[in-house]
Amino acid sequence: MKWTPARTRALKASAFVLCLVPLAKIAFDAFTDGLGANPIEQVLNRLGFWTLTLLTLSLVPTPVKELLGVAWPVRLRRLLGLFAFAYATLHLCWYVGVDQFFDLHVLAKDVLKRKFMAVGFVAWLSLAPLAVTSTDRWVRRLGFPRWKRLHRLAYAAAVLGIVHFVWRVKADALRPYVFATILAGLLGARVAVRLARARAATAAPGLARGAGDTGAGAGGA
Amino acid sequence: QALPVAKKIEKAGGEEPTKWDAITTYNNFYELGADKADPARNAGSLRPRPWTVAIEGEVRKPGNLDVDALMKSFPLEERIYRMRCVEAWSMVIPWVGFPLADLVKRVEPTSKARYVAFQTLLDPEQLPGQRRRVLEWPYVEGLRIDEATHPLALLAVGLYGRVLPNQDGAPLRLVVPWKYGFKGAKSIVKIRFQEEQPPTTWNRMAPDEYGFYANVNPDVDHPRWSQARERRIGEFFRRKTLPFNGYADEVASLYAGLDLRKNY
Repeated sequence: MKWTPARTRALKASAFVLCLVPLAKIAFDAFTDGLGANPIEQVLNRLGFWTLTLLTLSLVPTPVKELLGVAWPVRLRRLLGLFAFAYATLHLCWYVGVDQFFDLHVLAKDVLKRKFMAVGFVAWLSLAPLAVTSTDRWVRRLGFPRWKRLHRLAYAAAVLGIVHFVWRVKADALRPYVFATILAGLLGARVAVRLARARAATAAPGLARGAGDTGAGAGGA
Repeated sequence: QALPVAKKIEKAGGEEPTKWDAITTYNNFYELGADKADPARNAGSLRPRPWTVAIEGEVRKPGNLDVDALMKSFPLEERIYRMRCVEAWSMVIPWVGFPLADLVKRVEPTSKARYVAFQTLLDPEQLPGQRRRVLEWPYVEGLRIDEATHPLALLAVGLYGRVLPNQDGAPLRLVVPWKYGFKGAKSIVKIRFQEEQPPTTWNRMAPDEYGFYANVNPDVDHPRWSQARERRIGEFFRRKTLPFNGYADEVASLYAGLDLRKNY
Protein backbone atom coordinates (compact mmCIF):
# COMPACT_ATOMS: atom_id res chain seq x y z
CA MET A 1 0.00 0.00 0.00
CA LYS A 2 1.35 3.42 -0.81
CA TRP A 3 1.76 6.13 1.78
CA THR A 4 0.30 9.15 0.12
CA PRO A 5 0.72 12.46 1.94
CA ALA A 6 -3.02 12.44 2.55
CA ARG A 7 -2.85 9.07 4.29
CA THR A 8 0.07 10.20 6.43
CA ARG A 9 -1.86 13.30 7.41
CA ALA A 10 -4.89 11.22 8.32
CA LEU A 11 -2.74 8.86 10.41
CA LYS A 12 -1.13 11.73 12.27
CA ALA A 13 -4.42 13.52 12.78
CA SER A 14 -6.02 10.44 14.33
CA ALA A 15 -3.01 9.86 16.57
CA PHE A 16 -3.12 13.52 17.61
CA VAL A 17 -6.77 13.22 18.61
CA LEU A 18 -6.15 9.94 20.45
CA CYS A 19 -3.33 11.52 22.43
CA LEU A 20 -5.75 14.18 23.64
CA VAL A 21 -8.30 11.66 24.91
CA PRO A 22 -6.72 11.23 28.39
CA LEU A 23 -6.78 15.02 28.87
CA ALA A 24 -10.37 15.19 27.69
CA LYS A 25 -11.24 12.40 30.12
CA ILE A 26 -9.67 14.35 32.98
CA ALA A 27 -11.67 17.42 32.01
CA PHE A 28 -14.85 15.40 31.68
CA ASP A 29 -14.33 13.72 35.06
CA ALA A 30 -13.54 17.07 36.65
CA PHE A 31 -16.92 18.41 35.58
CA THR A 32 -18.85 15.27 36.49
CA ASP A 33 -17.31 14.68 39.91
CA GLY A 34 -15.44 11.66 38.61
CA LEU A 35 -12.01 12.37 40.08
CA GLY A 36 -12.71 10.95 43.54
CA ALA A 37 -12.15 12.45 46.97
CA ASN A 38 -8.65 13.70 46.19
CA PRO A 39 -8.89 15.13 42.67
CA ILE A 40 -5.51 16.89 42.82
CA GLU A 41 -3.72 13.61 43.47
CA GLN A 42 -5.86 11.81 40.89
CA VAL A 43 -4.99 14.27 38.12
CA LEU A 44 -1.30 14.14 39.05
CA ASN A 45 -1.29 10.35 38.90
CA ARG A 46 -3.12 10.20 35.60
CA LEU A 47 -0.77 12.72 33.96
CA GLY A 48 2.20 10.69 35.16
CA PHE A 49 0.68 7.45 33.90
CA TRP A 50 0.03 8.88 30.43
CA THR A 51 3.50 10.38 30.27
CA LEU A 52 5.01 6.93 30.72
CA THR A 53 2.51 5.31 28.37
CA LEU A 54 3.19 7.77 25.55
CA LEU A 55 6.92 7.73 26.14
CA THR A 56 6.92 3.93 25.94
CA LEU A 57 4.77 4.03 22.80
CA SER A 58 7.20 6.49 21.20
CA LEU A 59 9.93 3.86 21.59
CA VAL A 60 7.95 1.20 19.73
CA PRO A 61 8.27 2.33 16.07
CA THR A 62 12.05 1.98 15.73
CA PRO A 63 12.38 -1.68 16.80
CA VAL A 64 9.18 -2.54 14.93
CA LYS A 65 10.70 -1.16 11.76
CA GLU A 66 14.05 -2.84 12.26
CA LEU A 67 12.73 -6.20 13.36
CA LEU A 68 9.53 -6.52 11.38
CA GLY A 69 10.22 -4.17 8.53
CA VAL A 70 7.00 -2.28 9.23
CA ALA A 71 7.87 1.37 8.72
CA TRP A 72 4.66 3.36 9.01
CA PRO A 73 4.69 3.67 12.85
CA VAL A 74 7.88 5.73 12.51
CA ARG A 75 5.70 8.49 11.12
CA LEU A 76 4.11 8.76 14.58
CA ARG A 77 7.31 8.75 16.58
CA ARG A 78 7.76 12.48 16.82
CA LEU A 79 4.13 13.09 17.65
CA LEU A 80 4.18 10.47 20.42
CA GLY A 81 7.43 11.84 21.83
CA LEU A 82 6.15 15.39 21.86
CA PHE A 83 2.91 14.34 23.54
CA ALA A 84 4.92 12.41 26.14
CA PHE A 85 6.85 15.61 26.84
CA ALA A 86 3.61 17.62 26.98
CA TYR A 87 2.09 15.23 29.53
CA ALA A 88 5.35 15.20 31.51
CA THR A 89 5.32 19.01 31.57
CA LEU A 90 1.69 19.10 32.69
CA HIS A 91 2.50 16.50 35.37
CA LEU A 92 5.40 18.62 36.64
CA CYS A 93 3.43 21.89 36.50
CA TRP A 94 0.49 20.28 38.26
CA TYR A 95 2.77 19.12 41.07
CA VAL A 96 4.54 22.47 41.41
CA GLY A 97 1.61 24.79 40.89
CA VAL A 98 -1.42 22.90 42.16
CA ASP A 99 -0.35 20.07 44.46
CA GLN A 100 2.38 22.03 46.28
CA PHE A 101 1.12 25.48 45.28
CA PHE A 102 4.66 26.79 44.64
CA ASP A 103 5.89 25.82 48.10
CA LEU A 104 9.53 26.52 47.30
CA HIS A 105 10.80 25.05 50.54
CA VAL A 106 9.21 21.70 49.77
CA LEU A 107 10.14 21.80 46.08
CA ALA A 108 13.80 22.52 46.73
CA LYS A 109 13.97 19.71 49.25
CA ASP A 110 12.22 17.39 46.83
CA VAL A 111 14.83 17.87 44.14
CA LEU A 112 17.85 17.98 46.44
CA LYS A 113 17.02 15.39 49.03
CA ARG A 114 14.43 12.97 47.71
CA LYS A 115 15.81 10.62 45.11
CA PHE A 116 12.34 9.66 43.93
CA MET A 117 11.56 13.28 43.10
CA ALA A 118 15.03 14.04 41.75
CA VAL A 119 14.83 11.12 39.35
CA GLY A 120 11.46 12.30 38.05
CA PHE A 121 12.79 15.79 37.56
CA VAL A 122 15.87 14.56 35.70
CA ALA A 123 13.61 12.44 33.49
CA TRP A 124 11.69 15.57 32.54
CA LEU A 125 14.94 17.50 32.03
CA SER A 126 16.26 14.86 29.66
CA LEU A 127 13.09 15.01 27.58
CA ALA A 128 13.29 18.78 27.15
CA PRO A 129 16.22 18.90 24.66
CA LEU A 130 14.54 16.14 22.66
CA ALA A 131 11.39 18.19 22.36
CA VAL A 132 13.39 21.26 21.32
CA THR A 133 15.35 19.36 18.68
CA SER A 134 12.37 17.47 17.33
CA THR A 135 12.00 19.62 14.22
CA ASP A 136 13.36 18.79 10.75
CA ARG A 137 15.51 21.90 10.99
CA TRP A 138 17.26 20.55 14.05
CA VAL A 139 17.85 17.19 12.42
CA ARG A 140 19.60 19.02 9.59
CA ARG A 141 21.46 21.32 11.90
CA LEU A 142 22.86 18.53 14.08
CA GLY A 143 23.33 16.08 11.26
CA PHE A 144 21.40 12.85 11.46
CA PRO A 145 23.95 10.65 13.29
CA ARG A 146 24.41 13.18 16.06
CA TRP A 147 20.68 13.89 16.24
CA LYS A 148 20.03 10.19 16.55
CA ARG A 149 22.56 9.76 19.32
CA LEU A 150 20.99 12.64 21.21
CA HIS A 151 17.54 11.15 20.87
CA ARG A 152 18.63 7.91 22.49
CA LEU A 153 18.12 9.97 25.65
CA ALA A 154 14.48 8.99 25.28
CA TYR A 155 15.42 5.56 26.63
CA ALA A 156 17.18 7.11 29.60
CA ALA A 157 14.13 9.27 30.26
CA ALA A 158 11.88 6.22 30.13
CA VAL A 159 14.10 4.29 32.55
CA LEU A 160 14.20 7.25 34.95
CA GLY A 161 10.45 7.72 34.63
CA ILE A 162 9.83 4.11 35.56
CA VAL A 163 12.26 4.31 38.48
CA HIS A 164 10.35 7.43 39.60
CA PHE A 165 7.13 5.39 39.46
CA VAL A 166 8.60 2.36 41.31
CA TRP A 167 9.95 4.59 44.09
CA ARG A 168 6.67 6.44 44.27
CA VAL A 169 4.40 3.51 45.16
CA LYS A 170 4.34 2.31 48.73
CA ALA A 171 3.87 -1.40 48.27
CA ASP A 172 2.08 -2.57 45.14
CA ALA A 173 4.55 -1.94 42.30
CA LEU A 174 2.75 -4.11 39.74
CA ARG A 175 2.03 -1.26 37.32
CA PRO A 176 5.55 0.20 37.23
CA TYR A 177 6.91 -3.31 36.74
CA VAL A 178 4.63 -3.77 33.75
CA PHE A 179 6.16 -0.62 32.24
CA ALA A 180 9.63 -1.89 33.10
CA THR A 181 8.98 -5.22 31.40
CA ILE A 182 7.74 -3.59 28.20
CA LEU A 183 10.67 -1.20 28.15
CA ALA A 184 13.11 -4.06 28.73
CA GLY A 185 11.55 -5.84 25.76
CA LEU A 186 11.95 -2.78 23.54
CA LEU A 187 15.53 -2.25 24.61
CA GLY A 188 16.25 -5.95 24.18
CA ALA A 189 14.89 -5.86 20.64
CA ARG A 190 17.24 -3.04 19.75
CA VAL A 191 20.22 -4.82 21.28
CA ALA A 192 19.30 -7.96 19.32
CA VAL A 193 19.19 -5.98 16.08
CA ARG A 194 22.59 -4.48 16.84
CA LEU A 195 24.18 -7.81 17.64
CA ALA A 196 22.78 -9.37 14.48
CA ARG A 197 24.11 -6.48 12.45
CA ALA A 198 27.55 -6.68 14.07
CA ARG A 199 27.68 -10.37 13.27
CA ALA A 200 26.70 -9.68 9.67
CA ALA A 201 29.43 -7.06 9.51
CA THR A 202 32.16 -9.50 10.56
CA ALA A 203 30.83 -12.09 8.14
CA ALA A 204 30.54 -9.79 5.15
CA PRO A 205 32.24 -6.43 5.58
CA GLY A 206 30.83 -3.74 3.36
CA LEU A 207 27.23 -4.97 3.65
CA ALA A 208 27.07 -3.97 7.28
CA ARG A 209 24.99 -0.83 7.01
CA GLY A 210 21.54 -2.09 7.69
CA ALA A 211 18.56 -0.83 5.81
CA GLY A 212 17.00 0.52 8.97
CA ASP A 213 19.87 2.88 9.55
CA THR A 214 19.51 5.18 6.59
CA GLY A 215 17.72 7.91 8.43
CA ALA A 216 14.99 8.25 5.90
CA GLY A 217 11.92 9.50 7.65
CA ALA A 218 13.64 9.81 11.00
CA GLY A 219 12.19 12.69 12.91
CA GLY A 220 10.73 13.98 9.71
CA ALA A 221 8.46 11.93 7.52
CA GLN B 1 -28.30 0.59 60.27
CA ALA B 2 -28.29 3.21 62.98
CA LEU B 3 -26.30 2.71 66.16
CA PRO B 4 -27.36 3.83 69.66
CA VAL B 5 -24.99 6.64 70.59
CA ALA B 6 -24.84 7.44 74.32
CA LYS B 7 -22.66 10.55 74.09
CA LYS B 8 -20.88 12.73 71.59
CA ILE B 9 -17.35 13.95 71.96
CA GLU B 10 -16.00 16.49 69.52
CA LYS B 11 -12.22 16.38 69.19
CA ALA B 12 -11.48 18.13 65.91
CA GLY B 13 -11.51 21.78 66.92
CA GLY B 14 -15.06 22.28 65.74
CA GLU B 15 -14.25 21.43 62.16
CA GLU B 16 -16.90 20.13 59.83
CA PRO B 17 -16.57 16.33 59.33
CA THR B 18 -15.40 15.13 55.93
CA LYS B 19 -18.23 13.98 53.68
CA TRP B 20 -19.48 10.39 54.02
CA ASP B 21 -18.76 9.74 50.35
CA ALA B 22 -15.10 10.69 50.74
CA ILE B 23 -14.62 8.65 53.93
CA THR B 24 -16.14 5.59 52.26
CA THR B 25 -14.58 5.81 48.77
CA TYR B 26 -11.04 6.99 49.49
CA ASN B 27 -9.46 4.28 51.59
CA ASN B 28 -6.16 2.61 52.28
CA PHE B 29 -7.15 -0.97 52.99
CA TYR B 30 -4.73 -3.04 50.91
CA GLU B 31 -6.59 -6.25 51.76
CA LEU B 32 -9.37 -4.92 49.52
CA GLY B 33 -7.04 -3.47 46.85
CA ALA B 34 -4.15 -1.03 46.70
CA ASP B 35 -5.88 1.81 44.87
CA LYS B 36 -7.85 4.30 46.93
CA ALA B 37 -11.10 3.40 45.20
CA ASP B 38 -10.57 -0.38 45.38
CA PRO B 39 -11.77 -1.01 48.95
CA ALA B 40 -15.22 0.47 48.25
CA ARG B 41 -15.42 -1.50 45.01
CA ASN B 42 -14.39 -4.82 46.60
CA ALA B 43 -16.12 -4.30 49.96
CA GLY B 44 -18.87 -6.79 49.17
CA SER B 45 -16.65 -9.82 49.64
CA LEU B 46 -16.01 -9.11 53.33
CA ARG B 47 -18.57 -10.64 55.70
CA PRO B 48 -18.39 -8.72 58.99
CA ARG B 49 -21.04 -10.84 60.78
CA PRO B 50 -20.83 -13.15 62.61
CA TRP B 51 -17.44 -12.07 63.90
CA THR B 52 -15.39 -12.92 66.94
CA VAL B 53 -12.33 -11.23 68.33
CA ALA B 54 -9.80 -13.43 70.14
CA ILE B 55 -8.27 -11.98 73.29
CA GLU B 56 -4.97 -13.67 74.02
CA GLY B 57 -1.74 -13.50 75.95
CA GLU B 58 -1.00 -11.79 79.22
CA VAL B 59 -4.56 -11.36 80.47
CA ARG B 60 -6.58 -12.95 83.23
CA LYS B 61 -9.67 -13.18 81.03
CA PRO B 62 -8.73 -14.44 77.59
CA GLY B 63 -11.39 -15.73 75.20
CA ASN B 64 -13.38 -15.13 72.07
CA LEU B 65 -15.69 -12.15 72.08
CA ASP B 66 -18.61 -11.80 69.71
CA VAL B 67 -18.60 -8.39 68.12
CA ASP B 68 -22.33 -7.73 68.57
CA ALA B 69 -22.14 -8.70 72.22
CA LEU B 70 -19.10 -6.48 72.59
CA MET B 71 -20.94 -3.52 71.07
CA LYS B 72 -23.85 -4.01 73.46
CA SER B 73 -21.67 -4.33 76.52
CA PHE B 74 -20.11 -0.87 76.19
CA PRO B 75 -21.95 2.43 75.80
CA LEU B 76 -21.17 3.65 72.29
CA GLU B 77 -19.81 7.14 71.82
CA GLU B 78 -19.50 9.35 68.80
CA ARG B 79 -15.95 10.67 68.61
CA ILE B 80 -15.13 13.25 65.98
CA TYR B 81 -11.40 12.94 65.35
CA ARG B 82 -8.90 14.24 62.86
CA MET B 83 -7.35 11.44 60.80
CA ARG B 84 -3.92 12.09 59.31
CA CYS B 85 -2.64 9.61 56.76
CA VAL B 86 1.11 9.08 56.43
CA GLU B 87 0.64 10.03 52.75
CA ALA B 88 -0.01 13.65 53.81
CA TRP B 89 -3.77 13.81 53.41
CA SER B 90 -6.26 14.07 56.21
CA MET B 91 -9.94 13.93 57.12
CA VAL B 92 -12.24 14.71 60.01
CA ILE B 93 -14.16 11.55 60.86
CA PRO B 94 -17.18 11.05 63.14
CA TRP B 95 -16.44 7.57 64.45
CA VAL B 96 -18.73 5.57 66.67
CA GLY B 97 -17.08 3.21 69.10
CA PHE B 98 -15.88 2.65 72.64
CA PRO B 99 -12.57 3.39 74.34
CA LEU B 100 -10.00 0.66 73.87
CA ALA B 101 -9.14 1.27 77.52
CA ASP B 102 -12.56 -0.10 78.56
CA LEU B 103 -11.90 -3.39 76.80
CA VAL B 104 -8.36 -3.59 78.19
CA LYS B 105 -9.67 -3.08 81.70
CA ARG B 106 -12.31 -5.78 81.27
CA VAL B 107 -9.85 -8.49 80.17
CA GLU B 108 -7.51 -7.71 83.09
CA PRO B 109 -3.98 -7.60 81.70
CA THR B 110 -1.23 -9.00 83.90
CA SER B 111 1.83 -7.00 84.89
CA LYS B 112 3.66 -8.60 81.96
CA ALA B 113 1.34 -7.01 79.43
CA ARG B 114 3.55 -4.16 78.19
CA TYR B 115 2.28 -4.15 74.59
CA VAL B 116 -0.96 -4.83 72.77
CA ALA B 117 -0.82 -6.46 69.32
CA PHE B 118 -3.67 -6.27 66.81
CA GLN B 119 -4.26 -8.60 63.89
CA THR B 120 -6.50 -8.19 60.86
CA LEU B 121 -8.50 -11.03 59.35
CA LEU B 122 -6.50 -13.36 57.10
CA ASP B 123 -8.83 -14.75 54.45
CA PRO B 124 -8.10 -14.24 50.74
CA GLU B 125 -11.70 -15.25 49.98
CA GLN B 126 -13.07 -12.28 51.89
CA LEU B 127 -10.08 -10.04 51.40
CA PRO B 128 -9.05 -10.54 47.76
CA GLY B 129 -6.08 -8.19 48.10
CA GLN B 130 -4.42 -10.92 50.16
CA ARG B 131 -4.20 -13.16 47.07
CA ARG B 132 -1.08 -11.22 46.09
CA ARG B 133 1.75 -10.69 48.52
CA VAL B 134 1.72 -6.92 48.34
CA LEU B 135 2.33 -6.82 52.10
CA GLU B 136 3.05 -9.59 54.56
CA TRP B 137 -0.35 -10.91 55.58
CA PRO B 138 -2.05 -10.81 57.96
CA TYR B 139 -1.75 -7.11 58.73
CA VAL B 140 -0.42 -6.61 62.24
CA GLU B 141 -0.15 -3.50 64.36
CA GLY B 142 0.67 -2.70 67.93
CA LEU B 143 0.62 -0.17 70.74
CA ARG B 144 2.38 0.22 74.05
CA ILE B 145 -0.04 -0.58 76.88
CA ASP B 146 -0.05 3.05 78.04
CA GLU B 147 -0.99 4.15 74.53
CA ALA B 148 -3.69 1.51 74.34
CA THR B 149 -5.22 2.68 77.61
CA HIS B 150 -5.08 6.36 76.71
CA PRO B 151 -8.61 7.77 76.70
CA LEU B 152 -8.31 8.90 73.07
CA ALA B 153 -7.60 5.40 71.71
CA LEU B 154 -10.82 4.04 70.28
CA LEU B 155 -12.21 0.80 68.93
CA ALA B 156 -14.56 1.96 66.19
CA VAL B 157 -17.64 0.05 65.08
CA GLY B 158 -19.46 2.84 63.28
CA LEU B 159 -19.28 5.95 61.18
CA TYR B 160 -21.70 8.87 61.02
CA GLY B 161 -23.98 7.08 63.51
CA ARG B 162 -24.22 4.00 61.31
CA VAL B 163 -22.57 0.60 61.28
CA LEU B 164 -19.01 0.81 59.97
CA PRO B 165 -18.81 0.17 56.20
CA ASN B 166 -16.61 -2.78 55.20
CA GLN B 167 -14.11 -0.61 53.35
CA ASP B 168 -13.43 1.34 56.55
CA GLY B 169 -12.51 -1.77 58.51
CA ALA B 170 -15.75 -3.42 59.62
CA PRO B 171 -16.76 -4.71 62.00
CA LEU B 172 -14.14 -3.44 64.41
CA ARG B 173 -11.09 -1.26 63.85
CA LEU B 174 -8.55 0.64 65.86
CA VAL B 175 -8.46 4.47 65.83
CA VAL B 176 -5.44 6.22 67.34
CA PRO B 177 -5.95 9.84 66.31
CA TRP B 178 -2.49 11.15 67.24
CA LYS B 179 -0.79 8.57 65.03
CA TYR B 180 -0.68 8.08 61.27
CA GLY B 181 -3.68 6.24 59.92
CA PHE B 182 -1.87 2.99 59.19
CA LYS B 183 -1.67 2.31 62.94
CA GLY B 184 -5.43 1.80 62.87
CA ALA B 185 -5.67 -1.93 62.18
CA LYS B 186 -8.93 -2.80 60.41
CA SER B 187 -11.27 -5.81 60.60
CA ILE B 188 -9.58 -7.00 63.79
CA VAL B 189 -9.76 -10.69 64.69
CA LYS B 190 -7.14 -10.85 67.41
CA ILE B 191 -5.92 -8.66 70.25
CA ARG B 192 -2.92 -10.03 72.06
CA PHE B 193 -1.26 -8.73 75.21
CA GLN B 194 2.44 -9.42 75.48
CA GLU B 195 5.73 -8.46 77.04
CA GLU B 196 7.73 -7.83 73.83
CA GLN B 197 7.10 -5.10 71.28
CA PRO B 198 5.08 -6.69 68.47
CA PRO B 199 6.14 -6.45 64.81
CA THR B 200 4.05 -4.08 62.69
CA THR B 201 3.33 -4.57 59.00
CA TRP B 202 4.53 -1.33 57.42
CA ASN B 203 7.57 -1.23 59.66
CA ARG B 204 8.51 -4.70 58.42
CA MET B 205 7.92 -3.60 54.84
CA ALA B 206 10.05 -0.43 55.01
CA PRO B 207 11.63 0.20 58.43
CA ASP B 208 13.27 3.46 57.34
CA GLU B 209 9.90 4.88 56.30
CA TYR B 210 7.47 3.61 58.93
CA GLY B 211 8.33 3.31 62.59
CA PHE B 212 6.61 1.50 65.41
CA TYR B 213 5.35 4.71 66.99
CA ALA B 214 4.20 6.54 63.85
CA ASN B 215 3.14 9.58 65.84
CA VAL B 216 2.07 12.42 63.57
CA ASN B 217 5.13 14.67 63.46
CA PRO B 218 5.55 17.60 61.07
CA ASP B 219 9.26 17.80 61.90
CA VAL B 220 10.18 14.29 60.80
CA ASP B 221 9.71 13.86 57.08
CA HIS B 222 8.88 10.64 55.37
CA PRO B 223 11.98 9.86 53.27
CA ARG B 224 9.95 10.46 50.09
CA TRP B 225 7.81 13.41 51.04
CA SER B 226 7.43 16.19 53.56
CA GLN B 227 5.16 15.71 56.56
CA ALA B 228 5.09 19.44 57.35
CA ARG B 229 1.80 19.98 55.52
CA GLU B 230 -1.21 17.95 54.63
CA ARG B 231 -4.16 18.17 52.28
CA ARG B 232 -7.45 18.01 54.12
CA ILE B 233 -9.73 16.09 51.78
CA GLY B 234 -12.14 18.59 50.25
CA GLU B 235 -9.73 21.54 50.49
CA PHE B 236 -7.43 23.00 47.85
CA PHE B 237 -4.56 24.44 49.87
CA ARG B 238 -2.40 22.28 52.07
CA ARG B 239 -2.52 23.14 55.75
CA LYS B 240 0.11 22.85 58.43
CA THR B 241 0.36 19.47 60.12
CA LEU B 242 0.13 19.69 63.90
CA PRO B 243 2.41 17.75 66.28
CA PHE B 244 0.59 14.62 67.39
CA ASN B 245 -2.13 15.63 64.93
CA GLY B 246 -3.26 18.37 67.31
CA TYR B 247 -3.55 16.10 70.35
CA ALA B 248 -0.18 17.03 71.87
CA ASP B 249 -1.74 18.42 75.07
CA GLU B 250 -3.25 15.05 75.77
CA VAL B 251 -0.59 12.62 74.57
CA ALA B 252 2.84 14.30 74.46
CA SER B 253 3.53 13.24 78.06
CA LEU B 254 3.43 9.59 76.97
CA TYR B 255 6.66 10.20 75.10
CA ALA B 256 8.58 12.33 77.59
CA GLY B 257 12.28 11.56 77.28
CA LEU B 258 11.84 9.68 74.00
CA ASP B 259 13.80 10.93 70.98
CA LEU B 260 11.01 11.36 68.46
CA ARG B 261 13.44 11.65 65.56
CA LYS B 262 14.73 8.17 66.23
CA ASN B 263 11.44 6.75 67.41
CA TYR B 264 9.36 7.90 64.46
